[in-house]
Amino acid sequence: MKYNISNNGYYGDFGGAYIPEMLYPNVEELRQNYLKIMAEPSFKEEFNQLLKDYVGRPSPLYFARRLSKKYNTKIYLKREDLNHTGAHKVNNTIGQILMAQRLGKTRIIAETGAGQHGVATATVCALMGMECIVYMGEIDIARQAPNVARMKMLGAKVVPALSGSRTLKDATNEAIRDWINNPINTHYIIGSVVGPHPYPDMVARFQAVVSEEIQWQLKEKEGKTTPDYVVACVGGGSNAAGAFYHYLENTNVKLIAVEAAGKGIHSGESAATSVLGREGIIHGSKTLLMQTKDGQITEPYSISAGLDYPGVGPMHAHLYKTGRAEFISITDDEAMTAGLELSQLEGIIPAIETSHAFAIFDHKKFKADDVVVINLSGRGDKDLQNYIDYFKL
Amino acid sequence: MNRINQKLKEDKKLLSIYFSAGYPNLNDTVSIIENLEKNGVDMIEIGLPFSDPLADGPTIQASSTEALKNGMTTEVLFNQLKDIRKTVTIPLIIMGYFNPMLQYGVEAFCEKCQQTGIDGLIIPDLPVDVYNERYKATFEKYGLINVFLITPQTSIERINFIDSISNGFIYMVSSASVTGSSSGFGDEQTNYFKRIKNMKLKNPQIVGFGINSNETFNQATLSAKGAIIGSAFIKHLSKKGVNTIHEFVSGILR
Ligand SMILES: Cc1ncc(COP(=O)(O)O)c(C=O)c1O
Repeated sequence: MKYNISNNGYYGDFGGAYIPEMLYPNVEELRQNYLKIMAEPSFKEEFNQLLKDYVGRPSPLYFARRLSKKYNTKIYLKREDLNHTGAHKVNNTIGQILMAQRLGKTRIIAETGAGQHGVATATVCALMGMECIVYMGEIDIARQAPNVARMKMLGAKVVPALSGSRTLKDATNEAIRDWINNPINTHYIIGSVVGPHPYPDMVARFQAVVSEEIQWQLKEKEGKTTPDYVVACVGGGSNAAGAFYHYLENTNVKLIAVEAAGKGIHSGESAATSVLGREGIIHGSKTLLMQTKDGQITEPYSISAGLDYPGVGPMHAHLYKTGRAEFISITDDEAMTAGLELSQLEGIIPAIETSHAFAIFDHKKFKADDVVVINLSGRGDKDLQNYIDYFKL
Repeated sequence: MNRINQKLKEDKKLLSIYFSAGYPNLNDTVSIIENLEKNGVDMIEIGLPFSDPLADGPTIQASSTEALKNGMTTEVLFNQLKDIRKTVTIPLIIMGYFNPMLQYGVEAFCEKCQQTGIDGLIIPDLPVDVYNERYKATFEKYGLINVFLITPQTSIERINFIDSISNGFIYMVSSASVTGSSSGFGDEQTNYFKRIKNMKLKNPQIVGFGINSNETFNQATLSAKGAIIGSAFIKHLSKKGVNTIHEFVSGILR
């Protein structure tokens, strides 16, 4: 396999587990068990049952008639926004909570940016009756207030990350420190395809249900399992990894990863890692990240908390370096405009993260008979205040 | 012989001190090192600050952040240290995270360490296996001793493996925690120290994390060859400044 993970935990040059010894027993336990556990019939059965009855899968693949007309191509939307809790994140947290149970863990920690992963984690912890602690940057707590309230209502403890840029990167640091301090009873549910091996692969496998469904849904609608393009926004890269997964090795399917350019790629306030990043190590993984010449990780910026991360997962670093995926950066303004457009053309208010994926039409032209699947990773309820402020609604 | 190995042969319990280079002030590095040696410290870990120190608690996080704000970089640190061997003879170790070294170039970094008179490195997020496969030859080419961590959770097989590829000492993390926790040592730690001692490893062990007083230093060195103090020293620097280092050291070695 050229684009998926190797046996030793690398995507090409990227990945691995660059972790302090204190984390080694936990990460090693997971590495040795995750594939075995995921292959157990009882695990599969419980996972699929919960995805169906609790999350509401399969999520529809919806032909966006008016949007297609406007851009003169065939656009399908993979409706992850219709999942319980409102985003793709829950696919992963369902998988990981079942994993944690089988590993005998009783305490769950997570990091969150937009709060979607925090909510999805708090939700599955409530479902399974497990203790839940969510680390969230102080800045993100302020800009994603509805999700903070949801987590609390679900019984989770939300701990503000006060160090560094006080956003997703720092929340991740705090979660890792918690895990170091609680090595025995705790499982860390990472929210994206980032972190030390096996996390990127495990999360990608749980999210792979997205492209698994796209295949048969497209077969029903278009008579073929493969689109011409799959488009997804990339923060850490989990919704993109899920939407790309079953197409990784099929180069007839073009992959487009959409990053947040913030106020402009070279404005100094951006999160466009593929353009601004260099190879290095962040959160235990060798990947592309934004950093100073001296190797200090820099503070990213995006209007969307979920894309406000200075790295991308190692799979995406590899897809970028090999040219397998095309990377497009979208500014705050372009994303907000695209979010409004989707709302008014299709009656779907997307998360601001997701809006970035809908802003590619000024950057990328498609043919009239191209089949373009956009992963609609989440709904915009959590972002309403930001939309209100931006558009003075 | 490497200064670390020489020091380890001395018939005494070793006190090693960690500080973040560039803190409290950018140019305190050399005077802190000289003062520590003058006051009887056996070995020094010079912290190369990093923006995202995953294994560190609030004290070292804050001193690293402050040091970076003060303008500390890898280049600046090597410049500050360029004449250090004219005045200082005890072993000097650079402790830092892997990314800044990777960006400097691992070989260039090692070469610069050798030129500067650095004796060893502690890189918490450079895993043993990656070091062994990719970097061991380079470190050895420049005469550097790489020091690995073990924790109460590290398996016996892994400790034996770490011992087999180490050629200085083993950094024994006192408990499952980030740096700077200070709840004192209980039976659990004492048993762990003893258990490791009884393994009769080829490398001596030096205990770190959670040592902050004469009492904890003595407890740790009952079984181990020495102990490392970081957060407690940095707290002292924050409160009392660089000119009172003797107070701190004599409080520990009392
Ligand atoms: C709706 C939505 N889409 C995308 C993302 C970005 O994460 P990832 O790149 O892992 O899919 C987030 C993160 O919070 C999100 O909430």
